[in-house]
Order: sequence, then C-alpha cells, then structure tokens
Amino acid sequence: MELDSKCPTGPIETRWDRHRFNLKLVNPANKRKHTIIVVGTGLAGGSAAATLADLGYNVKCFCFQDSPRRAHSIAAQGGINAAKNYHNDGDSVHRLFYDTVKGGDFRARESNVYRLAQISLNIIDQCVAQGVPFAREYSGYLDNRSFGGAQVSRTFYARGQTGQQLLLGAYQALERQIGRGQVKMFPRTEMLDLIVIDGKARGIVTRDLVTGKLESHLADAVMLGTGGYSNVYYLSTNAKGSNATAIWRAHKRGALFANPCYTQIHPTCIPVSGDYQSKLTLMSESLRNDGRVWVPLKKGDTRRPSEIPEAGRDYYLERRYPSFGNLVPRDVASRNAKLVCDEERGVGETKLAVYLDFRDAIQRLGKQTIKERYGNLFDMYERITGEDPYAVPMRIYPAIHYTMGGLWVDYNLMSNIPGLYVTGEANFSDHGANRLGASALMQGLADGYFVLPNTINDYLASTKLEKVDTSHPAVLEAEQQATSITRRLLDAKGTRSVDSYHRELGKIMWDYCGMSRTAQGLKQALAAIPELREKFWRDVKVLGTGEELNQSLEKAGRVADFFELAELICIDALERNESCGGHFREEYQTPEGEAARDDERYSYVAAWEFRGVGSAPALHKEPLTFEYVHPAQRSYK
Amino acid sequence: MRIVLHIWRQRNATEKGRMVRYEVPNVNQEMSFLEMLDVLNEDLIAKGEDPVAFDSDCREGICGTCGCMVNGVAHGHLPGTTLCQLHMRHFKDGAELYLEPWRARAFPVIKDLVVDRTAFDRLIAAGGFISASTGSPPDGNTILIPKETSDRSMDAAACIGCGACVAMCPNASASLFMGAKIAHLGLLPQGQPERERRVVGMVAQANTELFGSCTNIGECEAVCPKEIKLETIARMNWDFLKANWTGRGAQAE
Amino acid sequence: MSTVAVSPINRAARFYEAPIGKKFVMAVTGVLLFGYVVAHLLGNLQVYSSDPEQINRYAAFLHNPSNAIFLWGARVALLVAVAMHIVASVQLWKQNRTARPVGYMKKDDVPTSYAARTMIWSGPIVAAFVIFHVLHLTVGAVVPLQELGVNQPNVRANVIGGFQNPFLAGFYIFAMILLCMHLYHGLWSMFQSVGLSHPRYTPKLQKFAKIVAILIAIGNCSIPIAVLTGLLTY
Ligand SMILES: Cc1cc2nc3c(=O)[nH]c(=O)nc-3n(C[C@H](O)[C@H](O)[C@H](O)COP(=O)(O)OP(=O)(O)OC[C@H]3O[C@@H](n4cnc5c(N)ncnc54)[C@H](O)[C@@H]3O)c2cc1C
Ligand code: HEM
Ligand code: HEM
Ligand code: SF4
Ligand code: F3S
Ligand code: FES
Repeated sequence: MELDSKCPTGPIETRWDRHRFNLKLVNPANKRKHTIIVVGTGLAGGSAAATLADLGYNVKCFCFQDSPRRAHSIAAQGGINAAKNYHNDGDSVHRLFYDTVKGGDFRARESNVYRLAQISLNIIDQCVAQGVPFAREYSGYLDNRSFGGAQVSRTFYARGQTGQQLLLGAYQALERQIGRGQVKMFPRTEMLDLIVIDGKARGIVTRDLVTGKLESHLADAVMLGTGGYSNVYYLSTNAKGSNATAIWRAHKRGALFANPCYTQIHPTCIPVSGDYQSKLTLMSESLRNDGRVWVPLKKGDTRRPSEIPEAGRDYYLERRYPSFGNLVPRDVASRNAKLVCDEERGVGETKLAVYLDFRDAIQRLGKQTIKERYGNLFDMYERITGEDPYAVPMRIYPAIHYTMGGLWVDYNLMSNIPGLYVTGEANFSDHGANRLGASALMQGLADGYFVLPNTINDYLASTKLEKVDTSHPAVLEAEQQATSITRRLLDAKGTRSVDSYHRELGKIMWDYCGMSRTAQGLKQALAAIPELREKFWRDVKVLGTGEELNQSLEKAGRVADFFELAELICIDALERNESCGGHFREEYQTPEGEAARDDERYSYVAAWEFRGVGSAPALHKEPLTFEYVHPAQRSYK
Repeated sequence: MRIVLHIWRQRNATEKGRMVRYEVPNVNQEMSFLEMLDVLNEDLIAKGEDPVAFDSDCREGICGTCGCMVNGVAHGHLPGTTLCQLHMRHFKDGAELYLEPWRARAFPVIKDLVVDRTAFDRLIAAGGFISASTGSPPDGNTILIPKETSDRSMDAAACIGCGACVAMCPNASASLFMGAKIAHLGLLPQGQPERERRVVGMVAQANTELFGSCTNIGECEAVCPKEIKLETIARMNWDFLKANWTGRGAQAE
Repeated sequence: MSTVAVSPINRAARFYEAPIGKKFVMAVTGVLLFGYVVAHLLGNLQVYSSDPEQINRYAAFLHNPSNAIFLWGARVALLVAVAMHIVASVQLWKQNRTARPVGYMKKDDVPTSYAARTMIWSGPIVAAFVIFHVLHLTVGAVVPLQELGVNQPNVRANVIGGFQNPFLAGFYIFAMILLCMHLYHGLWSMFQSVGLSHPRYTPKLQKFAKIVAILIAIGNCSIPIAVLTGLLTY
C-alpha cells in the first residue's frame, strides 16, 4: 500500500495557504445536501461539529457521555499554546514549530506541525470571541505562563481549568447549532462499527446505551474525534469511559493505525494507594517550577520525610541534570522516578512514589505566595490523600497520560479509507514520539475549527457518492458484526468481572510496555496478552441483557478492543529498535541513559494494517524528511 | 472499615424502584466514594446480582457526570466536593448511608442512581452561548477585560453541570445552573449583545422543562461542588427584568 | 429569531408567566406589606406613651371622616397587595411542588436558614393572623370593642383588655414570631428577587434584614407581654 501524506511542498510558511487554495469548495446550496457524521464531542469533535453545521452541512454528532459537555477534554488543566508572542520573549510561529518538532523527537511531519503553529494564533482569538474567560492581567491583556519546560511564555490558561473552558466554548457553539436544528445530537450513544461501502466510509453502527438499541447511521463522510487510548493500561489519567473502540473497529475495517507504541507518561500524578484504585489523578506540571523532587539515599528508608536530614536525601533530578534540574521533560522525569523506585528507594505505603517537596520554596517565598500559585492543586491533593502538602512533601509517581499514536491520516486529516477523517488525540498526526505540554488542546481545536472544515469540502466536492440505504449488505454485515460481539460477551457467562481482566491487562502493559521497554519484556507481554484475551472471551462474566443500560457490557466491549490494541502496541514497540520520546527501549540509550534515536533506520511513521485477530499485522512505512529542523540528540544536562 | 448502604434500585425508567440494604465490610478509608461503590459492585457481580448503576467519568471532579444524594445531601456532606472526590476517610466506621438519585421531574431516573440531565443541554441550546462563527475574529487583546471581571466570570464559568443544585433545591429549580451561565457570559464584553435574548430564552426553556422556580432558599449554593454563588441568580433576575422592561430579547412567535 | 414589537399587555402577561415575574410581584407587594408593618408598629408603640390618651387620639385621627379617603385608600392598597402577594406565592408553590414528584426518603439539613425553607408556611399563618386580628381589633367580632365616641375606638382599652386573655396574647406572640421569620428571610430575599446583589453589600444587607425582623418582633411582642406581666394597665 502506498502511503501518500498529501503534504504540500515548497516554502513551509505558505504551504497551508497554497494547499487551501487548491482545495475544491462546496457551494452553500449543496452543503445542505450533505450529511456528515461526527463521533466525539471533545475539543476535536465538538469544534468540528459546530463549525461544519455553521457552514451549512447537516451533522449527526455522537458521544457516550450523557452530555457533549463531558468529553474528556474537560479535564485538561494546564493550558493551551499559541505563538502570539505577546511578551516579546522571542516566540514566533517558527519557534513553536521548532519546539514541537524537537519535542516530538523528530518523529512528526514538518508540514503538519508548521500548520499547527500557524493556526494556534486563530484559536485563541476564536475562543476569546466565544467567551472563554482566559486569565487576564490587571491591564486587561491576556496573561500567559511558561509551561512544560518551554523557554517562552506562550501558554494561555483559565485557572487550572483550561480544557474545561475551551470545551465549554465548543460545547456552547455546538448546542447553538443543535438549537438551530443543524446538528442532531446523540448522547449516551456508542459507535460500535464503521460502515464502509465500496471502499468509502459511509456511516457507523451505534448502540443506544440506555435502550441497547442498535442503529445504523449513513452519511457522506465520517469523522472520528474519539480521543486517546491510555486506558489500555487500566490505570491512567484518562476518564473511566475513555476508550479505543471507535478507532479500533475502524482499524479492523481497514484504517491504518500509526505509531501505537508512542505513549506519554506524566511524571506528576498522585500515586496508587491500593488495588481498588480506579484511576490516577494528574497534578499540573507547573508544580515542578517550585517543588524539589527527592527520595531517601538509603534503600527501604521508612522514616517520615521530616526525620530525614538533608544529608540523607537524594535530589536526583538536580544531581543528574544540573542545568534543567526538576524541569527536565516529562519522559526524562518519569523514567528517573521509576529508576529510583526500582532501586527500592521509593516512598509511601506502596514504595512506588517519590517526594515533591515545597519546604524550601515555602521558606524562600512564604506560604502565601505558594498558596497563590498552587492553592487549588494543593487542595485537590489534600482532598485525595488527606495529607497537607504545606506540611509534608507531596508523593508523586508517573502515570500514562496521553497517546501520540492513533489512526494514520494524511495532511487533510483523512485516513487511508476515503471519507474517514480522524482528528484530535485519536489521530497520530502532530506530536511525533512525544507531546509537549499544552499542545494537545491546540491540536484538537486546530483540527476541528480550522483544518477539517477546509479539507472535507474537497472530498465532498470531488467524490461521486451514490445513494445508499440501511438495507445495503455492508450495513447489515456491520450490524451483524456488532450484535455478535455483544452476544458473545453476554453468553460467555464466565466467572470473572470485566474490571478484573482490565486490571490484569493493564498490569502487563505497565510492566512490560510502560515507561521503559525491553525486547525480552515485550516478547513476554506478546505471549501473555493473547493468552489472557482467550481467557477473557471464555470466562468473562457480564450480567444482565443487551436491551438495557448495562455498564458492565459497555466496559466489556471496550476491554475486548483494548486486548487487541495492547498486542499491536507491543508489536510496534518491539519493531522500533530505538528509543525516541515516549518510547524508551533500555537497549538503546546513550551512556548518560538518554533516549538514543536511530534516524538511519527508524525515521518513519509505522502504519499498521489489520490482518485478523491473532495474525501478524502488516507494516507500512511513511518516511519522514526534515528540511527545516535538523534532527539532533536531545540533551538536558 | 464497614459501611452500610441503602441504595435506590430501579431497573428502568418505567418500573418502580425501592431502597435495598447492602453492607460493604472491607472499605479502605483511602478509597473514594465511587471506588467504594466499585467494590460493592464487584461483590454483587461475584454473587451474580445486578451491579448498581451509577454515572461517573473523569473521577477528578471536573466532568460533572457523577453524583447522587448521600443522606439527602447532593454529593455528600463535604462542601465544595463532587461525589468522586469525596473520600471514605470522612465517614465513621459502621456509618449508615442512604443513596438516592437526583430527584426532579426534569431529571427522570434512567436506572438506579443514573438520571437523564439532557434538560441542562436544552437550557444551553436555548441561549447559553455567544454566537461567534468560526472564522477570523479580532485579536484576543483587542477586547480588554479587567482582571477582576474575568476572574468573576471564571468563578461562574466553573460550573460543571452536575445537577446537584437542582437535586438539592426544595423547588427543584435550575436557577443556580442558569445563573452561572448567564453570569459567565454576561460579565464579559463579548456577551453583551445577546444578553437579553440569552436570559429570555433560557428562562422560557426552564419553564417548559418543568424545573421549579427559585425562592432564594440557598440550598443549591450550599452543595454546589464549584461553590457557585447565589449572586449569579440575582444577576439572572436582573437581566430578565431588564429584558422585559426594554422589550429586547423577546423571541418572535 | 428577531426582536419583534410586543404589545405591553401580552408583554406583561409573558413577564408574569415566568417565575421571575411572579417573584418580582411578590417582592414589590412584600415591600408594601413590610412598610405597613413598620408604620403600624410605630402607631402601636404609642400605648407606652406617658399620656394614656395618646394612642386613642392617634386612632381617632385615623378614623376621622375627613381622612376617610386616605384610610380606605390605604386599606384597598394593602388588600390588593396581600391578594397579589398570596396569589403569586401560591402559584409558585404549586409549580414547585410538581417540579419534584418523588421526594427523598432521607434529607439531612444543609447550612441554610430555616426561615427560608418555611416561607410558604409562615406566610399563610401570618395572613390568618391578620384576618383574625382585624376581626378582633377593627371589627370587634372576637370581643366587643369599647368606643369613646363615634369613630373614636378606645384602642388602649381594647388592646389591653384583649391581651389580658393569656390565650389571645399567646396567639399574638406566636404570630409575631412567624412574621419575624417571614421577614427574616423576606427582607433580603426581595432584593435578590429583583436582581439586586453585590458581593460586598449583600452579606451586610442580610444581617441588617435579620436585625430589623427581630426588632419588629420585639416591638410587637412587647405589648402583649407588657400586658400579661401587668406592666401595662388601663
Ligand atoms: C488529566 C489530563 C490533563 C490534560 N492537560 C492538558 C493540558 O494542560 N494541555 C493540553 O494541551 N492537553 C492536555 N491534556 C490532553 C488533552 O486534554 C487531550 O488530548 C484532548 O483533550 C483530547 O481531545 P479529543 O477531542 O481528541 O478527545 P476527547 O476530549 O477525549 O473526546 C472524546 C470524545 O469521543 C467520544 N467517544 C469516544 N469513544 C466513543 C465511541 N466509541 N462512541 C461514541 N463516542 C465516543 C467521547 O464521548 C468524547 O466525546 C490532558 C489530558 C488529561 C487526561
Ligand atoms: C398567605 C400569605 C402569605 C404567603 C403565602 C406568603 C408567601 C411568601 C413567600 C413564599 C415569600 C418568598 C418569596 C421569595 O423569597 O422568593 C414571601 C416573601 C415575602 N413576604 Fe410573604 N407571604 C404571605 C403573607 C405576607 C405578609 C402578610 C407579609 C407582611 C406582613 C409578607 C411579607 C413578605 C415580604 C416582605 C417578602 C419578601 C419579598 C420577596 O422575597 O420577594 N408576606 N412571602
Ligand atoms: C401586638 C401587635 C399588634 C397590635 C397591638 C395591633 C393593634 C391593632 C389595633 C388596635 C388595630 C385597630 C386600629 C383601629 O381600628 O384604629 C389594628 C388594626 C390592624 N392591624 Fe394590628 N396590631 C398588631 C400587630 C399587627 C400585625 C403584625 C399586622 C400585620 C401583619 C397587623 C395588621 C393590622 C391590620 C391589617 C389592621 C386593620 C387596619 C385597618 O383598620 O385598616 N397588626 N391593629
Ligand atoms: S451550579 Fe453547581 S451544582 Fe449546579 S450544576 Fe453547576 S456545578 Fe453543579
Ligand atoms: S435552593 Fe432553590 S430556591 Fe433558589 S436559591 Fe437555590 S434555587
Ligand atoms: S466523575 Fe467527573 S466530576 Fe465526578
């Protein structure tokens, strides 16, 4: 299969403009004749659905939550990047572009990233117009902060609730279109399959989560903005409902899955407190600006932190990275936390945590200043752990947070299946092997507000789409498929709950395909996962019926897909014999223990083609070339 | 620790429900309230009984999906906290808790503790937005907004749409939720042009959704996990009176 | 949806149709009623005047035929206000009852004022009291009224005579306490209802409202108590 990224060539600054000019348009009268399905109401889906409807298309929009406003984008805390250079601190579109490519460890497409950096400017203006209450300075001007170790202040934020406010902006725009009747909204409705008719994506099969009713929806194009797949690991910072079902079932219908092994780990999460743990909570990265990370020097030191003298403490990040200290990038900070815990120097009940200590900051700046900066985060920490971080150091540990991989898309955000578009975290496009803080919100909104509404016209204008109805064999086959999965899950009538299997799968993934990976560990995982998957299908216990609200059944369907995706993640991780960004293979590191890329052999996008459950997927490579940013070894010494 | 639960069980919207008593003997005080329910459900599944249906998603107090009445208090007794952020260390060993779904005509029960809150979405669709088509709006800094103003707007914008205010209000009124949105947008310069239409539309919609009316009782404010202030309701009243006085914002028949 | 011209009548109708409209009516009538309560209290406090005839002179002044228009004007205004107030509150109450068909099995209190939750009960009781009270001291249907002359009720005698009956005095005191509760909440609530709220001043206002309500109760209750304890005699 030939992978055509459709990336424009020529001067990068004008690629998007020229490309847009060359795209065909659909005239207003004809827009009314087209129906577009949008799955997902997060920043990517919600913004797209609202914009497409505003353009005059008929939109059918789906989400599994009870309201489009609850998409997981709501949980984003830190902020959103934009190269406004409001502070004259040397920022520019080109620098944001450069930082993103470098941060992605040179595994992203230059054209996409540059477009993202350009559009970042419009996003902020659009959101302000919608009434997003971004933080302001006393002068009334927009405030910025520096975030995720960036050297410039380009992050816009709304308290610790940036994602919430951006999503509410998109949600309100969406509700406006729903009120106008331009969008038909289907909440509590889950996409179970993609309908492909003579090679083109023409619809989806859904299950009404309240009544259990299966239904087929047909359209001229389908867009998936269904988020990331961190929940493969069971414990992650994602919402309980976040799942890969939509993209995975599309993958099984022929859509290529790109770079599945690129998963991001966030260093500052609240550690696991027991095996009942249902999810992990992220503490904003900004904490590392003032907090000092340390563990005891002695192994298995059980003293309370206050009893451990300065001499007995190892501020390992400051020790190993004198220049960046506690502000090293996410992957570096995370790996080092794991390292010291592997040395049995972890702290807390489970010994799987390190201290993030504000004692010195409080001494230096006073409690009041710290309260002003991190008050709400400290409160959240205390609410969850019952400990007062002003008095005792926080305990933190890394957790899976974001997945850079996703369905393969070209420059137009269209997958290899014509008419199937993928946006936001669900696609693989812009972050390469590692995402910088505050750039996922940017990507979701860039895709949904500005890119897709432009590129989809071209497809609709230039493609001949014959009429189809729900009696089409392909539709019936897809419905058949969806029903049989539900049946099998209900009929297994086994002994163990869905969650118990999900937990077990998560543990395998975390141990062998987590923060750092080895060929041998991955092989173990690849032996264990299919085994567990077989067991799951035989032995899972799902009570109740398919004709009612059945939360175990919902979970079961998602976990079934996680099993298959987990295997692909490990295969990809094993195939990529290098370390880059979020993918760290212990065999491939510099003498200082840094990720060692192999640009000679691995400077490509790994796009996998589904070949049936249990049988080896086919790898297609999209080579990456860098004309503007020259690959170099990242160093934070 | 050991917790005794009386939970409202109702198979679906049509069948009638009842309170059922359960015991969770092995509760760890570090658990969140929802994790305690997870544990209960795992036991029920092991016993082959239908697990308790309850809504949750983010489990970090931001998505607004979770929530039920704990001894008649929305999200439980801890102020400024969603149910998913409420931890068991706040309860005594052997505590006896009554869990009931949000109760309001506008929020019909779907199953057990799960209710239908789509009425909130229709309230927003009726005017809770600023009409700004995607395109090229002016630079964000061409509209200057004093810090105090944007902070107050943000206070109101923090509403997570959980519905606790409705559930707690003796009148099952959605006023705090509406007030929050009207204050969030109405405080900003961008929100002025549609200010009257917004309030007229939302208030009319609230009536058709059969929410109750506000008699300034204030229980909503007491349980709101985001501590939205009653002041926002006054703001809604003011905008509504103003709209009616000026005749602006009248919806065409 | 464009802004269209709506005739004042159905604009007013639509306004009242909305709960906020009804609340507005309640607030405005509430103010009137409150005003009356204060004025009336001041009138009544004259029983304490060193000059025993003071209050009767006041009554005579009120009843003086040449002031009849004002008297009746005031009575009609009050009657209309009470009527509107009651109608609005009952309509709201009915709507609010239907808004929650199924109640809660268990309901712990949350920190809010008890007075706020019981407006709908304190109100009618006060109204019932007023009816009884008018029959008692204006019409004389409870105990025959003494008069000094035509249009000159012997208010002092009527009041003191009436309150020497402990049951009657007790009922008055009970009613006064409920009125106090009603105003305790109502006096700030009406500001909220008409959209007057301010982060800094509203808390002050709430305190002030409570004080006023309590002062009114003290003033009113003092009379029956003074009579019962024999401090106030003919
Ligand atoms: C705790 C946390 C903090 C973060 N902080 C930041 C930050 O500070 N800055 C930043 O830039 N990024 C941040 N991120 C990342 C960012 O929030 C996400 O990557 C981004 O919001 C994803 O948006 P999305 O629209 O692609 O997907 P989502 O917002 O996850 O939306 C997915 C949508 O798809 C729907 N859906 C999913 N599956 C199905 C199905 N099968 N059928 C029907 N509907 C379905 C869901 O209902 C939902 O509406 C954070 C992430 C987390 C978890
Ligand atoms: C049957 C008789 C009455 C009923 C049912 C009644 C009911 C109510 C109710 C429910 C409120 C609350 C309105 C709100 O806060 O939203 C209220 C407010 C008020 N009432 Fe009454 N009431 C009655 C009689 C009276 C009387 C006799 C007085 C005065 C002596 C009075 C004075 C007030 C005042 C000042 C308010 C505040 C206005 C407002 O809150 O909008 N009420 N009443
Ligand atoms: C202890 C307290 C009170 C005393 C001693 C008292 C005394 C009186 C007296 C003597 C009269 C007759 C005056 C006259 O005919 O010239 C009167 C009339 C009246 N009182 Fe009171 N009163 C008290 C409290 C109240 C309260 C709290 C209310 C209302 C909430 C009220 C409402 C009225 C009304 C409506 C009338 C009829 C006025 C009229 O004739 O038009 N009273 N009161
Ligand atoms: S106002 Fe508060 S209680 Fe009501 S929906 Fe919003 S957050 Fe929930
Ligand atoms: S409790 Fe209800 S009455 Fe009003 S103040 Fe809150 S909505
Ligand atoms: S689950 Fe999201 S707020 Fe509780």
